[in-house]
Amino acid sequence: MEVGRVIKVSGPLVIAENMGEARMYDMVKVSDTGLLGEIIEVRGDQASIQVYEETAGLGPGEPVYNTGMPLSVELGPGLIEAIFDGVQRPLDVVWKKAGDYITKGVEAVALDREREWEFVPRVKIGDTVQAGDILGTVQETIPVEHRIMVPPQIASGKVIEISQKKATVTDIIARLETENGTIELTMMQKWPVREGRPYKEKLGPYIPLITGQRILDTLFPVAKGGTACIPGPFGSGKTVTQHQLAKWADAEIVVYIGCGERGNEMTDVLMEFPELLDPQTDEPLMKRTVLIANTSNMPVAAREASIYTGITIAEYFRDMGYSVALMADSTSRWAEALREISGRLEEMPGEEGYPAYLGSRVAEFYERAGRTICLGSDNRDGALTVVGAVSPPGGDLSEPVTQATLRVVKVFWSLDATLAYRRHFPAINWLLSYSLYQENVDPYFRELLGEKWIEMRREAMRILQEEAELEEIVRLVGIDALSPEERLTLETAKSLREDFLHQNSFHDVDTYTSIDKQFRMMELILNFHHEALKVVEKGELDLDLEKLFALPVRERIARAKYVEEEDLAMLQEIDTEIKQQIGQFSGEGGEEEIA
Amino acid sequence: MLKEYKTVAEVAGPLMLVENVEGITYQELTEIELPGGEIRRGQVLEVDGDKALVQVFEGTSGINIQEAKVRFLGRGIELPVSMDILGRVFDGMGLPRDDGPKIIPDKRLDINGFPINPYARDYPSEFIQTGISAIDGMNTMVRGQKLPIFSGSGLPHSRLAAQIARQSKVLGTEEKFAVVFAAMGITFEEAEYFISDFRRTGAIERAVIFINLADDPAIERIATPRMALTAAEYLAFEQDMHVLVILTDLTNYAEALREISAARKEVPGRRGYPGYLYTDLSGIYERAGRIKGRRGSITQLPILTMPEDDKTHPIPDLTGYITEGQVIISRDLHRKGIYPPIDVLPSLSRLKDKGIGAGKTREDHADTMNQLYAAYARGKEAKELAAILGEAALTEIDKKFSQFADEFEYRYVAQGEEQDRTIGETLDLGWELFSLLPRAELKRIRDEYLDKYLPLLEEEQEDGN
Repeated sequence: MEVGRVIKVSGPLVIAENMGEARMYDMVKVSDTGLLGEIIEVRGDQASIQVYEETAGLGPGEPVYNTGMPLSVELGPGLIEAIFDGVQRPLDVVWKKAGDYITKGVEAVALDREREWEFVPRVKIGDTVQAGDILGTVQETIPVEHRIMVPPQIASGKVIEISQKKATVTDIIARLETENGTIELTMMQKWPVREGRPYKEKLGPYIPLITGQRILDTLFPVAKGGTACIPGPFGSGKTVTQHQLAKWADAEIVVYIGCGERGNEMTDVLMEFPELLDPQTDEPLMKRTVLIANTSNMPVAAREASIYTGITIAEYFRDMGYSVALMADSTSRWAEALREISGRLEEMPGEEGYPAYLGSRVAEFYERAGRTICLGSDNRDGALTVVGAVSPPGGDLSEPVTQATLRVVKVFWSLDATLAYRRHFPAINWLLSYSLYQENVDPYFRELLGEKWIEMRREAMRILQEEAELEEIVRLVGIDALSPEERLTLETAKSLREDFLHQNSFHDVDTYTSIDKQFRMMELILNFHHEALKVVEKGELDLDLEKLFALPVRERIARAKYVEEEDLAMLQEIDTEIKQQIGQFSGEGGEEEIA
Repeated sequence: MLKEYKTVAEVAGPLMLVENVEGITYQELTEIELPGGEIRRGQVLEVDGDKALVQVFEGTSGINIQEAKVRFLGRGIELPVSMDILGRVFDGMGLPRDDGPKIIPDKRLDINGFPINPYARDYPSEFIQTGISAIDGMNTMVRGQKLPIFSGSGLPHSRLAAQIARQSKVLGTEEKFAVVFAAMGITFEEAEYFISDFRRTGAIERAVIFINLADDPAIERIATPRMALTAAEYLAFEQDMHVLVILTDLTNYAEALREISAARKEVPGRRGYPGYLYTDLSGIYERAGRIKGRRGSITQLPILTMPEDDKTHPIPDLTGYITEGQVIISRDLHRKGIYPPIDVLPSLSRLKDKGIGAGKTREDHADTMNQLYAAYARGKEAKELAAILGEAALTEIDKKFSQFADEFEYRYVAQGEEQDRTIGETLDLGWELFSLLPRAELKRIRDEYLDKYLPLLEEEQEDGN
């Protein structure tokens, strides 16, 4: 293949000539240090290349080698527990080769070529298989069985050789006889990142992704295979929320992309995830996690690639029939990378300097999520849920990235700086957020918890809405203008906020709440409300509301969140106490102290 | 012998276009020799065929297209380092500014550095006691953190930064400690304040100072923080020192960046700042941290003045997205005469949770911190309400919270400039304030801590009565 020649260097953008054979999105190696790059524009025999590594020290005249391949990821055993950069170089290998700093031109293959895996076939010699069929499995980690599939490119074939053996990702594990002759298969596939992996059919999402986060599961659930976004100003808890999802969501595989964010946040995940146990499997969370880390100071073009690298890996696991959750933190940094490259290409800018194609790129990305029937004759289904953080400048949601995102995602978790200042975490505003999956997942909840769950949720939401209106009145004319019923509503709303929605992610017990416990906690708060309402509605003149609200059981309701999952019976006790104490209170007409 | 070009084709603002060059690389260091023999330095911003676009650090005034000679040095900008840099004052480009001798370098380091591999990072978790309650108690700083001070013009951010530099220590350790100070576009008086404070306390001997004053060339400011961080990396990761880096004022830095961007006619992002401001700032801030297996650390304390105290201005906004929290200085508190006027509600230290608790500070720290926040926020709300409707509109309990908010500001946040409170004193002060509130309102504190710490106070009070 012809060798190109650099003629211009401007930041991460390099222009080379003598590139007549180049195709759009081909990978190239720039200069003899082998800096990775990708062709993003072709003009005559000139090609514009975005380089995934630092370009300082690069100048005109240096060679450019075309690999003739688009930017692709390696898919096979060895992905789980790994930490990759934006172009899938394993950072631990880079560290061994280059030391503590990421220097230029470090070559590192994504999947370990030396490591041997125990391949157990699922098909026999003589079986006919088609694209997506599972040839066999590798127990990659204790919770993750890696299913080795026939690559999508192979329509069908007859197995002529396969056996149980120890093999590396490049060893041949099976031979197929196809129309185009014999094909040798390894455990590794390659797939271009900018192209979604094929599936048979897309399905609607109906099962909620249980996250253990009360406000999310109860009020704004995301469905498995759905999309959600978390926009919020800095300090409002985007990353903590994303980490909580990565930790506790009941997905079988988690792909976490740190896209243009802080280095220490990735270190945090790297140190914490091996320690924490997945409530579903009781195995360390790391054993189901793939990390992509392209921090803010790492090359900007690789940041652009990182979310594609991540979602392609996630799709691959979905193809196996898994429920996969992908967290991208933050998609705004990816959009900024797009803007930077676009600016260097001297493209005509759209809003705020972002390229005009921002909206379509955002939509393409989220559209790769979904619940699908995977390729393969067994019609298994898999789901890929995508949760993207958005970092709007100054917290202004009217900016282009947030708007482009809101046009495509179905769940909006709106982070609120005021709540964050009050240290109400997760600082998700319950009045602004929405989930369009509520209807989809209601049948699931109805079956699990009964109609009462849905009624309680509606009632809670109504109380919170009313609180907002009543507070307006209080602000104008003072609390004395409210009727006792209204004051009770305010009190219950406060309890909902502080005792239910507020959740401390750094507290051992509070960090995760099962659906069952969420149900009971909500029940306690609303039962108190109903019982108290009975007293209030009697309309006694000497009713001392302050005393009613200060019943000792209130404190127990408030502390219900710290009750461990094994001791849920204790919540039953509290429920009994509510009836007792309110009964006593109304019996005494609220005149005397309650013992 | 280096080639000398006399082919300057254009000079515009801080930029210079040199033609017919060959073998030039991106970001190469450039020397421009003026007819009088004066040498200025620049850096290649773009190479396009045989043309090189050079940004001139010391400004382009007096450059004549026909007479200027340009040499490309074949390397990036480097800082010569050795242990002798301690106690020295340099200019914004790393040349000695004091009367001391030239540095005999142990090695020369490229000032752009390389990104730390996230895999090599060690998570910052060692508590730094600054002796300032609003920071130690509420926004705890840890070694390896980047915690900026968001301030405004006319506010005492310099005094606060100097106090932090003076008082910071890690409890129970005797380790090598250094301060790297970089001034970007600040006034002589401000810079002198820091230097004389370093002198007064003897800190100057373990300080490295880089000074680019308001009347020094603006474009030089682009290099100054990188010089400082290169020196810091050398001290921290090669000489095992714990380095505190004070960068002031990042607003001037970002303005210099905007000047170059405008001169290059780039498509501007918000408020005329370049679209890559985030990436550029992260190249500075992300150079804080700890590395596994190395003893030293870099803790960053950047200062920036928010134009019109506006936190949503691109500079504080993007900074907040990169740094691990922020300490916000409040004009209101300053007017009330409270020093340090730290507004604890919007301030935040993201790494505090790893630096506090039993064995680090004290077991009750996390709970009391959350409770202080919540109570102070509620007290402030009550005060706002009282401002509209009058004190009488408050419930009994709200009145207590309102009083709590005042006491919190005047007793907890406020302290002397020379007052160095231990973490124990800070935490006890918190409990003293809690005694203003009924126990049932202290929902964020575990019962065991309430039982352990609260009664002591109550007894004391009863005795007092």
